[in-house]
Amino acid sequence: MNPMTTGEEARSMASRAPVPNPLAEPVLIDPGKSFADISAEVAAPIEKKPGMLWWIFFGIAVLLTGQFAAEITYQIIKGVGIWGLNHPVGWAVDITSFVFWIGIGHAGTLISAILHLFRQRWRTAINRSAEAMTIFAVMTAGLFPLIHTGRPWFAYWLVPYPNWRHLWVNFRSPLVWDVFAVSTYLTISLCFWFTGLIPDFATLRDRSAGWRRGIYSVLSLGWRGSERHWQHYERAYMMLAGISTPLVLSVHSIVSFDFATSILPGWHTTIFPPYFVAGAIFSGFAMVVTLLVILRKVFKMEEYVTIHHLENMNKIILVTGMMVGYAYAVEMFIAVLYSGNQFEHFTFVNRATGPFAWAYWIMVSCNVLVPQVFWFKRFRRSIPVMFAVSILVNVGMWFERFTIIVTSLHRDFIPTAWSYYKPTIFDYSVIVGSFGFFFMWFLLFCRFFPTISIAEVKSVLWNAKKSAGRVPAGKADAERAHV
Amino acid sequence: MFDLFRKPKRLRGVLALYDNPDSLLDAAARIQEHGFRNVDAYTPYPVHGLSEALGIRKSWIPYVTLVMGLAGAALGLTFEIWTSAVDWPINVGGKPFVSLPAFIPITFESGVLIGGTMTLAALLLACGLPNFWDPILDRDLTNDRFGLFVPDSGPEWNESRAIQYLQSTHPVDLRVIRA
Repeated sequence: MNPMTTGEEARSMASRAPVPNPLAEPVLIDPGKSFADISAEVAAPIEKKPGMLWWIFFGIAVLLTGQFAAEITYQIIKGVGIWGLNHPVGWAVDITSFVFWIGIGHAGTLISAILHLFRQRWRTAINRSAEAMTIFAVMTAGLFPLIHTGRPWFAYWLVPYPNWRHLWVNFRSPLVWDVFAVSTYLTISLCFWFTGLIPDFATLRDRSAGWRRGIYSVLSLGWRGSERHWQHYERAYMMLAGISTPLVLSVHSIVSFDFATSILPGWHTTIFPPYFVAGAIFSGFAMVVTLLVILRKVFKMEEYVTIHHLENMNKIILVTGMMVGYAYAVEMFIAVLYSGNQFEHFTFVNRATGPFAWAYWIMVSCNVLVPQVFWFKRFRRSIPVMFAVSILVNVGMWFERFTIIVTSLHRDFIPTAWSYYKPTIFDYSVIVGSFGFFFMWFLLFCRFFPTISIAEVKSVLWNAKKSAGRVPAGKADAERAHV
Repeated sequence: MFDLFRKPKRLRGVLALYDNPDSLLDAAARIQEHGFRNVDAYTPYPVHGLSEALGIRKSWIPYVTLVMGLAGAALGLTFEIWTSAVDWPINVGGKPFVSLPAFIPITFESGVLIGGTMTLAALLLACGLPNFWDPILDRDLTNDRFGLFVPDSGPEWNESRAIQYLQSTHPVDLRVIRA
């Protein structure tokens, strides 16, 4: 054996030994594939006409978006009164959906940035679609504060700009922090996503002809894959991952400040920032699982998004689900047993037993009980089970935000101000419409953009080939051991 | 700077194509000993160890991120203090005009916003993108070929010597580029 054996060689020897190495990296991709196979298979859904299934989904999404647009138009004409909002519940489906969609976005950034920093190679197959999900989720979320203001044509008042009244926004207000956090989040996510797409657009450019070549040429900005450029590219990508990591944690923390800095019992809680971030990652991963289970089936990507990738995500769902469950328990304990504050005490007893108890128990059962099935490997690796769980988790997380917002508002300090919130048909319309809007963008993304990072998967493939012993370890290995 | 309407760069040299990254690394490892300068490699994904072999210096982009991030944060904080305490101080709920803890979220967000967008801008600048004018050496370089390009480096350029060296590294294809 060569004294300068590299780690990879040692690992490949271990995997060939009769006793399986428990620490060996699982095979992320079939080492029998070639580099050209990856380009061709990822580009296939873009290069051929979409199937019937895609048109059906897209048609439904466009219809739902259409009714969403109609609802928004009608609401702008008539006012927010067409929703079930009234005193004391002034925030309901609008802000619930805003927080829900922002939260969905967080898993995308977690996968693309945080897992990149932790060198989790399995992220390469899923980061592109997860980042796309982030961008479309934040776009969807951004609609809600706008339409809920009632006069969206004055939305620019949220931005500090020089005006004839010489007035500035109040920088002490968490609602202004939100404007900055969400717009920064969308901008940086777009930068990060686009940076990742540049080399893949170049691959598509070099595969296509005619007008397609023109479009992908422009999108790739003329990327050539020169080593001088890769050198800058990798460092820039790392930097973007590095600053996206605190950014993603800050965004949902700031969203939670909208509630935590108020004095309303049920909102005025210091646990909110970590609790919201854990919940965001929890719901976001569930959404990634929902989307990828469909995507890998419809676009035949089972060899790239393997059961191993899905199992890893299910583990994260299990962990973050328990963090969320822990937060529910701590909230209950502090309010009911520890604080000695009668208003806090009442709010939390009212949550679990009051008129909105149904929402509270949907939340607890979907978010705490349902993910427990992932303790079993068989269920973590079962497509129907994970699909059902991922949808239930998102139902639960939607109701978590509903519980926090509506049950805290509907009974506050003075019983004469109590009331019950009843959604109208327009409330249902915006919920359904937001899903249509989100899926419409996601389906367009699947059709025109590479849903898997071609360049990154190729580097994983080369490692897979080496550990499977498909490539004779050359001199380069020994030389690289010096570098 | 972004020179959108420049003429295409004149590219002359020898291009060797390999079908795997290790052959490319092998060829690149000895290229400097042979006295070829400004050698570049074209790969479908970043191959680690290549820039060391070719003597390409580490990227300066992290400094841009650091400086621009700090500058953005400073700008954000200064703007908040100026609007809230200098331009028109308004008493909001008896809070101090300079409410430093409340100004931190936006300070942070402006740092990230400026740092991140400037990182992307620096990347484009460093790579000379957008670039729709220079010739593309081979379409498979973004697919499954790994290219080593030895450019015409001036008076002491010896094309046959470059061809001779590259032949000895067993490329799958070898081309003289005169674009």
